[in-house]
Amino acid sequence: MSARERVAGTVANYVDERTGSAKWLKKNLNKVFPDHWSFMLGEIALYSFVILLLSGTFLTFWFDPSMEHVVYKGSYQPLKDVEMSAAYASALNISFDVRGGLLMRQIHHWAALIFMASIVVHLLRVFFTGAFRKPREFNWILGIGLLTLGIVEGFLGYSLPDDLLSGTGVRIAHAIIQAIPVVGTYLSFFAFGGAFPSELFIPRIYVVHILLIPGIMLALITVHLMLVWYQKHTQYPGPGRTEKNVVGYPLMPVYMAKAGGFFFIVFGITALLGATASINPIWLYGPYTPAQVSAGSQPDWYMGWLDGLVRMAPPWETYAFGYTISWNILIPGLIIPGIIFTGMALYPFIESWITGDKREHHILDRPRNVPNRTALGAMSLTFMIVALINGGNDLIATHFDLSINQIMWGTRIGIILLPPLAFVITKRICLSLQRADRELVLHGRETGRLVMLPHGEFVEVHEELTPEKKWLLTQHEQAAPIELELVDQAGVRNPKTFRAKLQARFSAANAEAVAKPTAQDLKQLENEHH
Amino acid sequence: MKFLSKYRRHKFATPMLIVIALSTLGFTFSAATASPAKSELAASAKSTLIAEGKEIFLKGCSSCHGLNGEGASIAPSLIGVGAASVDFQVGTGRMPMADMSQQAMRKAPLYTEEETAALAAYVATLAPGPASITNEEITWERDGSTADGGELFRNNCAMCHNFAGQGGALTKGKYAPTVMGVEPKHIYEAMITGPQAMPVFSDKTITPQEKLSIIKWIKSAESEPNLGGASLGRVGPVTEGLLVWTLGLGLLVAIAVWLTAKSR
Repeated sequence: MSARERVAGTVANYVDERTGSAKWLKKNLNKVFPDHWSFMLGEIALYSFVILLLSGTFLTFWFDPSMEHVVYKGSYQPLKDVEMSAAYASALNISFDVRGGLLMRQIHHWAALIFMASIVVHLLRVFFTGAFRKPREFNWILGIGLLTLGIVEGFLGYSLPDDLLSGTGVRIAHAIIQAIPVVGTYLSFFAFGGAFPSELFIPRIYVVHILLIPGIMLALITVHLMLVWYQKHTQYPGPGRTEKNVVGYPLMPVYMAKAGGFFFIVFGITALLGATASINPIWLYGPYTPAQVSAGSQPDWYMGWLDGLVRMAPPWETYAFGYTISWNILIPGLIIPGIIFTGMALYPFIESWITGDKREHHILDRPRNVPNRTALGAMSLTFMIVALINGGNDLIATHFDLSINQIMWGTRIGIILLPPLAFVITKRICLSLQRADRELVLHGRETGRLVMLPHGEFVEVHEELTPEKKWLLTQHEQAAPIELELVDQAGVRNPKTFRAKLQARFSAANAEAVAKPTAQDLKQLENEHH
Repeated sequence: MKFLSKYRRHKFATPMLIVIALSTLGFTFSAATASPAKSELAASAKSTLIAEGKEIFLKGCSSCHGLNGEGASIAPSLIGVGAASVDFQVGTGRMPMADMSQQAMRKAPLYTEEETAALAAYVATLAPGPASITNEEITWERDGSTADGGELFRNNCAMCHNFAGQGGALTKGKYAPTVMGVEPKHIYEAMITGPQAMPVFSDKTITPQEKLSIIKWIKSAESEPNLGGASLGRVGPVTEGLLVWTLGLGLLVAIAVWLTAKSR
């Protein structure tokens, strides 16, 4: 034993005798994780959250969340002697007079955009592969919670500098709060501590942004990861992979190295963006005053779909019993997002009700094998993208020489027509892919090699798939739809007729599939050939 | 007085006195008689200019604006728009229009400066209007204030032209163009004439002094280096979102694929 090993052993023994950590470590360091690029999308979100905590802490050292009126005396000349809030002045100070401040601000903001984008792609992966199914429904809901908190946290974060652009955003948020029927006005006075613009809003959202929401998110992320740890990671179907095992690499050393390295890569790319690409140039926007607004005022992308919905809303208002109800803000700003997020959170339960499947699932679905879910995902995504496009309608108009009115009408019609169209098309594509899979299993791959038989017939040589590949294409189960029992054996009418009918109907649509080849099919085919 | 007392008895004193008196008289006379002759010359030059302008107008503009600039169904009347309007529209290449789209766009001017001046002079004769301005007349560098200009710009201009003067969309295909790279005189003329969808900012709304400040701020924004790296067009968060979804997430996913590729 070398001297170094002896020292390490002594230290490890010292710690183990006092904490009993060796057994725990041995068990957990050997924990196996399956390997796939799409399993690393959530990691991007985790690492950018760490970057956000670090860079955000740096920014708090100089940021002054105060609405006190000051006259700017810093080094950015075009704003010299302009009156502004202390919050805006300190954000300018961070950008121009604190060493590394602008870089840190830009890293913080880019990390926020990457955080939200990686949450979305992680969510899409989980959705399309069915990773939310039992036992992971709670973790899905935690994820939806993190997404929602992330949107709010991002919005509050870019509102803090009190610049012209973010002030415009706060004004819209104020309008959305006011649009809540009956209590809206009271709520807005409560949140802003008075009328708009308020002296209290920035100090308040500062505490919420740097303490409350990050604290809740940190707790949720911890539980999110603990559940992954406890329930073990899902895996894609493949030879040797079952619902009872996990095939992959141990945490130590393979995943330690990969995940640790990936953290630095995420940090590196964020820093690269922060160092080379301008983000939220608040000095160009100028200080916020309610009298001013700039053309092309947009929110960050994760709010863009909301802005797009508000922009396309027709000017509907009703006036009843002394109250004005602004449907044009209420519907796109609160009702539609409410439906979307509630629907997302409840989706695992809805699907399991439709399929009647209450079993645990650790093997992921190939999206094509669940056409209805995949089509539903494509439909929702289409809705969001159409809304997002309208969020940038003014820039699209100027950069592509289009009329903003045409874009608005295009998206108004598109948001109703395109999502169902996406559903139908996606479902058909999935079924076609199933058919292609079936053909592949039964007839093998077309090689393009033509052979002339002795009697002059030409045939194309088909190469049979490997057993592993065949298994991959046929391992999924195809459940039959739930049968509707209107009348039971004793002749009593089903008391839950409406619900049962609904379930049977959804189930029938859900079970629509191209029958996967069975062993019998193969045998029959072989008999025909020989 | 020492000089005069010493030389007043000098033999050249009298002839010198006569020379001085005569030349003063002569120069005064010539100056007095020459000036009417000069203004006559200028007047004739101006009338030539107007005639030239009319000729250009009849060839290049009258098919839409009418033979006397009275306008028609497809083009507005030019009576009373003034030389400033002509200098802006023709000097920035907006007129003559390339096609009948929603709005005349800025392009390389079709007419030279002299021709533009002639056109402006002709249109100014139709009815009184704001006079054209030269770059030398507007002393924005000396009299403007960048910070005031920024405030004024954000108050009066940014809602259409964007916070950094990059331009923005208006209704039905119309747009507020970028104000970057525009000659100071054209900015000034646009403010006093209100071309196309733009309102007129009279000297009561924005004083001439304030107009100079706005020009100074625009010129400062134009020459301001991109302090945070690539500017992404100075159009706000849309391009930032585009970059994060393409380059940012693209790189990260590519690396995730690379990190897990070896195990296959």
